Order: sequence, then structure tokens, then C-alpha cells
Amino acid sequence: MNSARNSILGRLRTASGKEALPAENFAVVAPRGWSAEQRLDRMRRMMEAVHTEFLDSRGEDWLGQLQGWLARENIPGLIYAPATPLGRRLSTGWSGSVPLIAYDRAMAEWKEDFFGQAAAGITGTRGGIAETGSLIVWTDADEPRSLSLVPPVHVAVLEVNRLYDTFWQAMREQKWAAGMPTNLLLISGPSKTADIEQTLAYGVHGPKRLLVVLVDGE
Amino acid sequence: MPAADFRAAAGPALADPQLRANFRRAMDGLMSKRAAVFADRDEWTALRSLGATIRARSLLQLPDLLERLEAKLTENGVKVHWAETIEQGNAIFKQILSGHDARRLVKGKSMVSEEMGLNHALEAEGIEVVEADLGEYIIQLDHEKPSHIIMPAIHKNKQQIARLFSQKIKDAAYTEDVDHLTGLARRVLRQKFAEADAGVSGVNVAVAETGTLVLVENEGNGRMCTTIPKLHIAVMGLEKVVERLEEVPPVLSLLTRSATAQPITTYVNMISGPRRPGEKDGPQELHLVILDNGRSRVFADPQLRNTLRCIRCGACMNHCPVYTRVGGHAYPGVYPGPIGKILTPQILGMETAGDLPHASSLCNACVEVCPVEIPIASLLVRLRSEAIRPRRQADSGPGVVRGAGSQRDAAETWTWRGWALAYRVPLLYRLTSFLLSRFGWALPQRLPLLKEWTTVRSRPQFAPQTLHELARREKVSNE
Amino acid sequence: MDHTPAHSRPKKVYFFGTCVVDLFFPGAGLAGIKLLQAAGIDVIFPQGQSCCGQPAYNSGFLDEARTVAWSQIKLFSKDYPVVLPSGSCAGMMKKHYPTLFRGRAEQAEAEDFAARVYELTQFLVDVLDLKLVDLGDPIKITWHPSCHAMREMGVGEQPKSLLRQLSQVELIDLPRERECCGFGGTFAVRQPEVSGAMVTDKIDAIAQTGAETVVSGDCGCLLNIGGALEKAGRPARPKHIAEFLWERTHARR
Repeated sequence: MNSARNSILGRLRTASGKEALPAENFAVVAPRGWSAEQRLDRMRRMMEAVHTEFLDSRGEDWLGQLQGWLARENIPGLIYAPATPLGRRLSTGWSGSVPLIAYDRAMAEWKEDFFGQAAAGITGTRGGIAETGSLIVWTDADEPRSLSLVPPVHVAVLEVNRLYDTFWQAMREQKWAAGMPTNLLLISGPSKTADIEQTLAYGVHGPKRLLVVLVDGE
Repeated sequence: MPAADFRAAAGPALADPQLRANFRRAMDGLMSKRAAVFADRDEWTALRSLGATIRARSLLQLPDLLERLEAKLTENGVKVHWAETIEQGNAIFKQILSGHDARRLVKGKSMVSEEMGLNHALEAEGIEVVEADLGEYIIQLDHEKPSHIIMPAIHKNKQQIARLFSQKIKDAAYTEDVDHLTGLARRVLRQKFAEADAGVSGVNVAVAETGTLVLVENEGNGRMCTTIPKLHIAVMGLEKVVERLEEVPPVLSLLTRSATAQPITTYVNMISGPRRPGEKDGPQELHLVILDNGRSRVFADPQLRNTLRCIRCGACMNHCPVYTRVGGHAYPGVYPGPIGKILTPQILGMETAGDLPHASSLCNACVEVCPVEIPIASLLVRLRSEAIRPRRQADSGPGVVRGAGSQRDAAETWTWRGWALAYRVPLLYRLTSFLLSRFGWALPQRLPLLKEWTTVRSRPQFAPQTLHELARREKVSNE
Repeated sequence: MDHTPAHSRPKKVYFFGTCVVDLFFPGAGLAGIKLLQAAGIDVIFPQGQSCCGQPAYNSGFLDEARTVAWSQIKLFSKDYPVVLPSGSCAGMMKKHYPTLFRGRAEQAEAEDFAARVYELTQFLVDVLDLKLVDLGDPIKITWHPSCHAMREMGVGEQPKSLLRQLSQVELIDLPRERECCGFGGTFAVRQPEVSGAMVTDKIDAIAQTGAETVVSGDCGCLLNIGGALEKAGRPARPKHIAEFLWERTHARR
């Protein structure tokens, strides 16, 4: 297929001129100058508008609060990634009635159980974007992609001091372009569709519920 | 391919009150929601200008960016393929799939794959292809093509979908409850995701700088298709590339707000490679198919090249008074509405889709909302002129629209030549207008244009005296 | 709205009547001339004028459009504003003449001409800051903005601000007023069914307002809407804004 490549690029080169590139002005996507309080307020408002639930555990024992929430919602188990900092925190501090299940092998090894029985998965975040109400989820060897996808309930832990005004600001300040993971996600709510008569329905192929646990930053 | 006849194809839709009501309601809703998310005019103007600049810069550097994208993706472990035609594109898919003995495919929404007729080509090989986007799944069950690029099943109401599901899904009882219908699709498709040998997706933006494929979606089917199966094949038109990662936020903001008035979609997937050593999931192999299918030819003309700025938001069709009345199925090709009217004739050729640029009142509603400032109305006029380009200038060389000149008609050409003469020479114009004002009433009703005009209108009445005559009578200065 | 005239007030203007006005609505053209004259402006109506060239341009016959366009440009060579009682023809001259002549010897002259083009209500409001006194009986009207006035000339508020000055006129908003009436020149006859559906919806919207008169600034739209109203036996009547304003402010009672 090299010939296809060469003839396509050849045609494009023949037609390309030496025109100067017009300048870009990113001011419209730059930080808004919001206070921490404004950012958190907007984050919640945007996400709640699309059915995200919040557990405000700032200044509290968030592990205990989460355990209470899971028990109240009758969620039989919580899958977590043991090797992440969050995972270590969970495995040392967890004491409730809802069991923790470690995602410690390749998905293929337990795909059927994972798809069939997973109730909830917990992941960390690399912060959030207030403008759009989005969580930044950075997956890697320690934190699998499917942890925030396959279980019907996704629990995401968000440190409130890691909020950014805009998407553009977050990617620049976190220097994403210097090294992208295989899968970097923005998640802004539980999965949804409006494909039937434009009526919103939640819980299509991804999680049906998204719980954001707000915690104090380090 | 036989010549498409938009006028004939629009007939059934215009005569279907249910379909017209479905579209009217849907488009009214989309327009008012979009207006609300772009209520800040200054912000809209600045963001749109940035979006147009980003896309213009991408096209100005297109061959370089594609090469950089390829190099970076390759470095990231992605296998890149190039297809000049849809046949080549489909052949690449078949080759990759047969190399993995993949028989079951799950697929995220991709208009380029629709353009390729990919499902059809793969099904002919005995491969099962399941559309996983709910809207695409609905129309696949009913063997239809999408009627909208963002909301493919927008022409159907829930009763029709309820009937379809109860007939086609095993053990599904008839229900019009949207949550329940969605739940049925979830049940069926979860199984498909778990069992699939390969996942197929489109690409909304490809970033040359980092070798990243960006995919936006709400349902999670895109994540499923690109995460669960061991093989992921992405496909994109060659125009989708941008230079830098920081160009993604403004483009996505314009895309999701223009399309469905969402500040952002539920999921933004940024995929920069297959599973790395130690990772527990994600595809082991990731391929990208870059499709030309006439785009490099569109690119060759500096004016028509603007067609390739498109980010496929669908705002042009949501605001189009023609699309609103006829829906997406009247348009030849897979892209309906204003973008289809400029893209399809260039891809399929003027012989096939030469009448499409005329299916517009040039009202400019699409131009007003286009988030990347594509001058759609001007391009429609340009394509109208290409369709009637004198044959001696029309060949198949680069920079010439495919099938240019194929709509040229001697009678029409001579009519306009005669018109130009009469309207250029004042004495002739005076004579023409004099004759029309005195004897225009006598034009026969069966005259071709008059016949069409009078289907819903009374015939125009020529005034007994022209403005020229009134101005002379009133002694308005002549110079 | 800011009522400071955006441009300095000229002594003389050219009036370009347009071919549709010439043949079908000459009264609208004459009313436009009279409105300008009554505001103290000398109006020049070059008798050699015909058409802006849009019919050929929109049909893809660019050479023919250029020929006619150039013959018009030459007739309006002095440095006076060119005022048109049509947003569509004004849009053709202002927006499309420069591209039609780009890269040609005529380019500079075409650009100079285009820079002098005004739609009538735009000129009356932005340049003349016209004040009106209503002499007519109470009436309910609705306003149909033309696509090209809005989207090519950027004329949206000016005509409405003129109509709102008339004390006895009740201006009722037309539902979906920004949607095209379906005229589109040759579109109406090349796609008669779609165009017919559009104008049918438009006259239904007009009927919803209960207005006796639908006022517009473009005679193409009026030809289309008026023809459909008449054929459907609807009571509302079409009227060009120039004629409407003239009758309201100067007509014999």
C-alpha cells in the first residue's frame, strides 16, 4: 500500500502552496480566572446536570463515607487497582462490609466474570475541568481502562485542589503533549444517549452511575 | 452510478407528515439548544475564528502533518495504512481481519466507514459487523442508512423503534419506554463487546504532534470498541489531522456544542497507541486506515479545499430549511444537508450528484452556524458553475471537479447568453422589460418555469409600467 | 440601539431599482426613491440599469453574471452611495462582486463599487437616522426578514426599528422568522416541491400572527410569499417596506 501513500501525499504536495500560516489566538480557551470555590461550584453544577452524583468528603474520613454509601446503595463489591497510590490507600484503610476486589490480572483472564458480575469500580483522577465538568482519567499499567468502563457504577476520587478552569489549561499545565498514555480520558458523567427521539437515557454501554468523591488534596 | 435525482428522492419524505413532524421537532430543538450554548456572541466569534484558523492551518500543512502523524503513530506502535479508494480501504480491513481470523466485529459510529460501505464489504466475507452506537444499531436492524451524521436514527419515532426491537431482538417485549429500549440494546450489545474479535472506530481529530486519535461519544460504545477487543482498527478521512494537542480543546468545544449543544461529550477518548507491556487491557494491535476517496482532488482547488475544514458537527443540516423538510435519505451518498451538497458532488462526481448543489435556496443559514467558517453558499455556487463548465475545459485532471461539465445543456447555456446580452445592453433591456410589462400576461401557463412556479403560487403579475418608466415620469435624475 | 449615524450623510445617492422591482414592484422602487428625496437626498436613477447579475451567478453562469455586473458598475461610477431596495441584490453587489472580479483588471473598480452599496433600510437608519411620523390607521403587520439582508448584509434590526417608529402599527413577530421562505431564485422552479413546502410553512406562520400585511425588504420573497398567499386564498397581503413606510408617512388620507 506504499503506492497509495505515495500517490496521495504526492497529490497533496503538488497542490500545496507556500502560504504563510495564519496566527492562532487561544485566549478564548485560556484560564477564566475563577477562584477555587467558583471552580468547584461549577464542576459540581456541570456534572450534576448530567446525573453525576457527589460525595463531599472534604475534611472527613472519605473511606468510611464511601463504605457507607456503597452499603446504603446495596453495592456488593468494589473493584480497585491495587498498585496505584489510591489502591494502596484503599487496601490499607478499608474495613467495611462491602468487599474490595483487586483488578490484578489481565482483563482476558477474568473477562466473563468481570463483564457478568462487576458491580462498581473505583479509579483516581488527575484532576478535573470546571468549565465542562470533566474528570481527567489517566490510565496505565496500574490503572486499567476498563475499570471506569465495564462496572455499572464508576466511583472516581477527585482531589479538590486539582481543578482547572479549562481543558486547554489542564493539558498545558500537566504537560500532556510531553508524553501521552495509551488512553487518556475525559469523563463528564455516566454514559448516556439521546438516539431515541432525543430523549436522554442514562446507562447505555458504559456505567449507569458515576459517583465523584471529593477529597482534600495532598 | 446512475445520476441521483434529488427532486424525485425528496418526494416521499415531503409527502410523509409523520417524517416531516419528526424532523421539524428535532431540528427546532437542536437549533434552540445550540443558540443557548453560544449565547455569548463574543465568545462564539472568537472560538469560531480560532476553529477556522486551526482547520485552515491544518490544510495548509496537510501533507507534512499526515507524514508527522504517521511517524508519531508508528513510534507509538500503531500500524498506519493508506487507501486511495474505498475499495482499497475495504481490502485493508479484510486483510487485517483475516490475519487475526477475526469474525465478529463491534463498531463505533463512523461516517467514513459508511462512506466506504464497510459493513457491506465485510458481511460479504461472512464477518459479523455489529453497530454499537444506539442510533446506528437501530438503523442497522432496519437495514437503513443514517439520516443524520450525528443522530443517525433521528427520522424514527419511539413507536417505530419499539416495533423494530420487539421484532428483531430475542425475548424483547413491545415497549415504548425509552429507558427500557436503551436497556434492551445494552443487554444485547454488552454480550457483543465481550465476544468481539475486533473493534472499529472513527476518528474526530488526529494529532500529529503526539500521534493521538481523539474520539468523542456519549454512550461508552466508542470506549468499548477501542478497549475490549484485542484488535482495534480506526478509520479516518485524510483531512482529520491537526498539528498540535492544544488545538484539540477549541475544536472539540465547537464540535460538541454545535452538534448537540453539549459543553462536552460524556467521553473524550484520547488514544495514543495499543496496549503497552504490563497494561491489563486495551487492544494488542491498533491500526489506522487513512482514506483519500477523492479528498486529495478536492484539496487541489484552493477554494473547494475549504470543504475539507469540516469537523462533521451537523449544525449545517440542523439549520437547513431543505434538510428539515426532506430529511437525510433524499440525499445521495452518506452526508446529507449542506455539507453533503458540497462534499458529495465532489466525491461521487457531477455526473452522479450534479443536481445536488441546486437543492439549496442559498439562504446562508448553514454559513451562519458553521463552526469553522466554511463558505458553503459560495461553494455551492462554484459547484453549480463547475457542473456547466464548457466541455472543452473539462477533463479529469487535478484541480478539476470530477464530472465537471456533465450538466451542461445547450438550451440553458443559450438562454443565459441571451439574458446577458439583453441585460447588458440598455436598449435591449428597455425593449425586453417593455414587452414583458405589456405582454407578460400572455405568457402561456404551461411554460416550463411558470408551471413549476404556479404549483403553490399564483402567477406573478407584471406591473403595467416599469420602474424605469416611473422614474422618467417623476423626472428622477438620470445621472 | 445606537442611533448615531455610522456614516456621513451624502448629498447624492444612486438608486439601483433591481430587475424584480422594475418588472413586478415598481411602486416599491419609486417609494424608496421618494423616501430618500423626502429626507433631502438627491437621487440619481441611471436609466441604463438592469440587474445585479444574481440570477446568472446563482445558476453557475459566472461569465454571464460578470458581463452584466460590469455593465452596471460602469453606470454607477461616481463616488456616491448606491442604495438598493433589496437585501439580496445588495448582498450580490457588496459581497459577491469582489470575488467575481478577483484577480481581474476590473477588481479595484468592483471593490470600490461594492464598498458603496447599501440596502435601503440600512441606509435610512444607519446613515440618515430617519425619523418617521405615522399618518395611517391602526394596522397589524408582521415582518419577514430576507436571508441575504440578514446574513450577507448584516441588516436585521434596521427595518424593524423603522417599523416600530410607526405609532399605529402593531408589529407581530413572525414565528421562525429567520427561516427562508423558499424563494432562492431558480431554486423555486428547480426544486418546486421543497420550495413549495417552505413557502407553505411560511404562509402558515404568517396566518398564525393574524397580520393583515406581511412586510419585507426583498421583492423576491414578496413575489414568492405573495403568490402563495393569493393561491391559497389567505387574507394577508405582501408589501415592500419602502412602499409601506411611504404610504404610512406621506399618503393622502
